[in-house]
Amino acid sequence: MTDTLQEEPLLIAEGLSKSYGRQLGCRDVSFELYEGEAMAVVGESGSGKTTLLNLLSTQIAPTAGRVLYRMRDGVTRDLAALGEAECRLLARTDWGFVHQDPAMGLRMGVSAGANVGERLMAVGWRHYGRIRGSATNWLHRVEIDPARIDDMPVTYSGGMRQRLQVARNLVTQPRLMLMDEPTGGLDVSVQARLLDLLRGLTADLELSVVLVTHDLAVARLLSHRIMVMRDGEVIEAGLTDQVLDDPQEPYTQLLVASILPP
Amino acid sequence: MNAPVYNFAYLDEQTKRMIRRAILKAVAIPGYQVPFASREMPMPYGWGTGGVQVTASILGPDDVLKVIDQGSDDTTNAVSIRNFFIKTAGVRTTTSTGDATVIQTRHRIPEAALGEHQILVFQVPIPEPLRFLEPRETETRRMHALADYGLMHVKLYEDIARHGHIATTYAYPVKVDGRYVMDPSPTPKFDNPKMSNCAALQLFGAGREKRVYAIPPHTGVESLDFEDHPFERYRLDGTCAFCGANDSFLDEVITDDRGGRMFVCSDTDYCETRRSQSGAAETRAGASVPR
Repeated sequence: MTDTLQEEPLLIAEGLSKSYGRQLGCRDVSFELYEGEAMAVVGESGSGKTTLLNLLSTQIAPTAGRVLYRMRDGVTRDLAALGEAECRLLARTDWGFVHQDPAMGLRMGVSAGANVGERLMAVGWRHYGRIRGSATNWLHRVEIDPARIDDMPVTYSGGMRQRLQVARNLVTQPRLMLMDEPTGGLDVSVQARLLDLLRGLTADLELSVVLVTHDLAVARLLSHRIMVMRDGEVIEAGLTDQVLDDPQEPYTQLLVASILPP
Repeated sequence: MNAPVYNFAYLDEQTKRMIRRAILKAVAIPGYQVPFASREMPMPYGWGTGGVQVTASILGPDDVLKVIDQGSDDTTNAVSIRNFFIKTAGVRTTTSTGDATVIQTRHRIPEAALGEHQILVFQVPIPEPLRFLEPRETETRRMHALADYGLMHVKLYEDIARHGHIATTYAYPVKVDGRYVMDPSPTPKFDNPKMSNCAALQLFGAGREKRVYAIPPHTGVESLDFEDHPFERYRLDGTCAFCGANDSFLDEVITDDRGGRMFVCSDTDYCETRRSQSGAAETRAGASVPR
C-alpha cells in the first residue's frame, strides 16, 4: 500500500460539522485520504457515520468546515465551490457510491446491462455495441454470469444486486469509492464473497475507499485505517490493526469486546 | 332565449396574454418546457385542453383553422375542436393543409410541407420525456437544467437489448437545437424528420401538465440514437388503397372479421388531394368506399 501513496492527499476533510437544527449530525471531523488507501468509519447507529459520508459526497452541505478533492487534472479544489454540473460529473466519473440497499443505487426497472452502461451513456458513449461490451466485461469481473445481462435487478439475489451495484460504479474507473454498509443485510457466506471481491478490486484498481460500517470484521478486512465515531465526533483514529488490537478509548474497547467470538 | 356570448376564442384576454408570454419564452428557448397557468376548458383532460388553449391564444379573426386527429379531419376530436372555434371565435376553418394558417394536431404532422405563414399546434399528454425513467419533477427539471441526458439513452439501450432494435415508435425523444431533449408528443417517429428545419412554427401545449414548449421555424431537431443503431423512420410496408401513395404514413383498417384489411393514408387531406388530382372518376370511386 505504501508504495502507491502520493505526495498530495486525494480527499481532505477539514473541520466538518453538520447539525440538523439542535440535533448534531457530526462535529469537527478532519482527515486526509491518500490514493489507494481504504479508511473505515465505524461506530454505532446514530454516531454520524452516514452524515459524514453524505457530507463527503456533497449530498448535504456542511454547517462548518469543507471538503477538498484533488481532481483528475491534479488541482485540489473545494467541493463547495464547484458548480452543480461539475459535482454531478465528478460523482459519476471519478466517484462511486455503494449504498447499503442496492435498490437505492440501482435502477430496478431496467436491465443489468443498462444499469452498468448508464454512467457511460451519461458521459457521452453513443455506441451500443461498445457499451454492451463494457457492461459484459464488468459483470464478468464482479462474478455475475454475463448471460444474465438483460435480466432486471429485481430477479437478482441480494448478493448479486450488491455486486451489480459495484460494477455500475466501477465502469467509469473512479478513483474514490464511498461505501455505506456494503455488506449489510447479506448472509454470512454472501458477505464473505462480496468482501473478497471488494478487496480484490480496490487493490487492483488502486481505489481510495471511505467505508462506513458497524461491522468491525468488515473494517479489519477492507481498510488500512480506521476512525471510530461516537455522538458525531471522532473519538479514536489510527491504523486498523492497531486500533482493533489495542483500543485506547473505553468506547472502542467496548466495541471490540462486543465482537462475537468465532 | 339568449345565445351564449363568448370572448373571442373562448379565453379571456388576460389569460391569452399569459399564455402568449409563455409561448414567447418557449420560442426563445427551443425545446424548454415553460410552465403556464392552464385553465379549465369545457372538455376533459386528454382531449386536447393544452392545444386548445394555445390555439385560442394565437388565433386572430383572419386565421384559417384546420384541426386533425391522427391525421384525420373528420374524427370526433377534430370535429369537436373545429366546431368549438367556429362557435367561440367565428374563424374560417378548412381541411386543406395548404389553406390553413393554424393547424391543431393530435398525433400527426401533415404530409404536405408546411410554410412560414403557418403554425402547427400539438396536443401533448405528457410533456416530460424523462418521466417514465425518473418520476420526480424536481429531479427531471434539474436534469434538463444540467443537460444531464444519459438516462434517455438508457431507455433506448433497453429497447435494443430487449427487441434487437429501437422499438420506440411514437413519442420518440428528440434533441432540439442541440440542447433540450423534448418529447415530440405521441407523433409516430415517421414524423420526427419533418420537425427538423420546418418552415412553420411548432407549438406544444399540455393542459393537464400545464406546460408549453416550442420549436421555432428552421430549427434543427435531432432524434436520439446510437452510432451502431441509427434512427430509422418507420412506415408500414404498403400503399394507400385509395390514392396509391407509397410515401405517406398509413393506417391499417380491418374491413371484415375474416382477416380482410387495407392500408389507407392517415393524413386524409393528403389522400383526398392526391385523389382529386388523379381524376374525377377516381375521386367518386374513392368517396364511395365505406369508411
